Amino acid sequence: MDLRYTQAEQSFRTGLRTWLADTLPALPSKPSPNDWPGRRAYDTHWQRLLFDAGYAGVDWPVEGGGRGSSPVEQLIFKEELERAHAPYVGVNFVGLLHAGPTVIAEGTPEQRQRYLPPILRGDEVWCQGFSEPDAGSDLASLRTRAVRDGDEYVVTGSKIWTSHAEVADYCELLVRTGAEDSRHRGITWLILPMDSAGVEIRPLTTIAGSAEFAELFLDGVRIPVSNRVGDENDGWRVTMVTLSFERGTAFVGDLLEAIELLSKSVALAHRTGAWSDPGVRRQAGHLKAELDALWALTKRNVSQAARTGVPGIGGTVFKLAYTETRQKLGEFSLSLLGRAGLAAHDSEGLDGLGSLPAEAMVEDWLRGISLTIAAGTSQIQRNIVGERILGLPKEPIRGL
Amino acid sequence: MDFELTEFQSDLATGVRRLCEGRFALDTLRRAEGSDRVVERDGWRQLGGAGVFNLCLGEDTGGLGLGLADAALVFEELGRALVPGPLVASHLAAGLIEGADDGSVVVGLVERPSGGSGATASGGLAIPVVPVVPVVPVVIEHLADLDVLLAVSDEGVTSIEPSTLDATRMGRPMDPLTPLWSVSSLPAGTPVAGADVSARWRRDGAVLTAALQIGAAAWTTELAVEYAKERKQFGRPIGGFQAIKHLCADMVVRTEVARAAVHAAAVTVDQPDVGDALVAAAGAKLLADEAALANGRSCIQVHGGMGFTWEVPAHLAYKRARVLATQFGTDHELAQSLAQSLAQSLAQ
Repeated sequence: MDLRYTQAEQSFRTGLRTWLADTLPALPSKPSPNDWPGRRAYDTHWQRLLFDAGYAGVDWPVEGGGRGSSPVEQLIFKEELERAHAPYVGVNFVGLLHAGPTVIAEGTPEQRQRYLPPILRGDEVWCQGFSEPDAGSDLASLRTRAVRDGDEYVVTGSKIWTSHAEVADYCELLVRTGAEDSRHRGITWLILPMDSAGVEIRPLTTIAGSAEFAELFLDGVRIPVSNRVGDENDGWRVTMVTLSFERGTAFVGDLLEAIELLSKSVALAHRTGAWSDPGVRRQAGHLKAELDALWALTKRNVSQAARTGVPGIGGTVFKLAYTETRQKLGEFSLSLLGRAGLAAHDSEGLDGLGSLPAEAMVEDWLRGISLTIAAGTSQIQRNIVGERILGLPKEPIRGL
Repeated sequence: MDFELTEFQSDLATGVRRLCEGRFALDTLRRAEGSDRVVERDGWRQLGGAGVFNLCLGEDTGGLGLGLADAALVFEELGRALVPGPLVASHLAAGLIEGADDGSVVVGLVERPSGGSGATASGGLAIPVVPVVPVVPVVIEHLADLDVLLAVSDEGVTSIEPSTLDATRMGRPMDPLTPLWSVSSLPAGTPVAGADVSARWRRDGAVLTAALQIGAAAWTTELAVEYAKERKQFGRPIGGFQAIKHLCADMVVRTEVARAAVHAAAVTVDQPDVGDALVAAAGAKLLADEAALANGRSCIQVHGGMGFTWEVPAHLAYKRARVLATQFGTDHELAQSLAQSLAQSLAQ
């Protein structure tokens, strides 16, 4: 067990730090959260800057056009970006983290040539069409139907939780090509051009008041068979390959952001006088222990990925613990704001020391609620831990 | 950076596990339940032979010259096996008290009450060996087994001859393998080490005690899972029900999070450049205590009525966790210490 970084790792960090210090001050100002075209322009501009500097796709293999960095370098990359408050991956998320890696692993040479470079350059944006109104945790029950017609699939159905749909060029789409009850044996992975006829997008407003997601309605949408990645009915396996690109760094930015939020909360508690309450200090101290432990667990998971080349089950354990700690932190910071935290608006404090950080804290608290739901609910994650790590009997599933 | 165990470290842990399974099987240990003496001298010397006490001593002083990270892995295994006795105290005392290193001398440790100002009398980020509460007598574990008792205070370490103490055996000790005595005052004793040693012992003791706790937390998880696979109700193994499965999953999560913290704290002691070892030790002990306690409790719950019987060993792990949770910082003390570190980094 060695927590010291090698000379090579340190020089990777130094180079990145220098580049960030030179680059970040010249960035345009951030667009407002509901200005989707503005967000696309901002996020893709950032991606282009990364590309030009050789930092696009640090976690992509070299043969896919990426940097092919080691898991430890990926960790350093995410750590330095967060510490420097660099832009988030934003609208590039699906392209860089899901669709791109899938095309690398399972696409034809033509597909790789066509789709990968624009993702890395920030020229094209992807969204994800996996979940459906009736297929959430039970994704394998999805019903969006694709019927073969010559060299096209005709697709009809609906998708939900499709982030960035309004500004996406392509959608990684899971469709049913097998029999109705074929579950994971009858699913196919398609590339849907978002400007196809018959695609309708309806934004969904979240409890945070933002239109983060959309519903996607597909009515007789014609998709060329050449847009299929992997074999027909083999889309479930293709999707699982995507998941295996993760190397334990998924939450690095989030975790460091949480550590910073705790520090801001401690500052707020000092300002309001709440810090004199041992109960408040105890909560803060406990949160510190949890966040430090999660940072250690991140390093453990990254090290494991570096040794084995595949992500361990540690990611599931991490997500279960992190999401709950983050929610506790959200509750803690809100409790410190008192009634100033009843609006996502920075009110002036009576102490004349300026505004209170209500907007950031309320936003964070609201967003935190989604953490135990998104990307596999905590209940599903506990099933995974119980069944895959501990070998406990599986849930009885109809159709299996 | 590679935070995985080295091959040597895995082998070291496996070796200690084998020793524990052979020499310290729980059924054998349990024969000493309720006795005044639970440290079996021959076994203690075998632990010494395996390096449990001299692991971190320099090779020039007859030790193995290994780090606290290696020791933490060894203590994880001892905790898992519920090996009784003053393991951490004897490890810390190796090199200072002759015979502690090879297990021929058994050493105990206690915090010297300092003028009644309470648990955080030492101020700062110090982790007391045990909490000091003015009305609570000094409680000493394993007194009848001790050759040497060391008292730790901010000023340093003094040695007390155990037989000179006017101690009362405490009836019905919670952990039947941790007999207890109480004394109303401690003699001055002979100074044997200074303030630097007591500060180091508090930190390293917290890490090693936390390692014992995660070992127990992992063991109770296995015990619960094994039972959940075997025990059938409503025609199915109870582990197939989410209500039980999720209890078990939470046990894994607690253990793995705490284990990462304990390993990181131990490595930080060995590699001081990577972080603040005292802060890491406090956080690790806090989470390891919680994991051991919550998992002990869940293990009993998964066992249902059987879990409430003396025969099923789940309660032994739960009770041991309670004892260890009072050593080298309680949850309150540790959380307050960590809060103080947050305030300090804010001021910087």
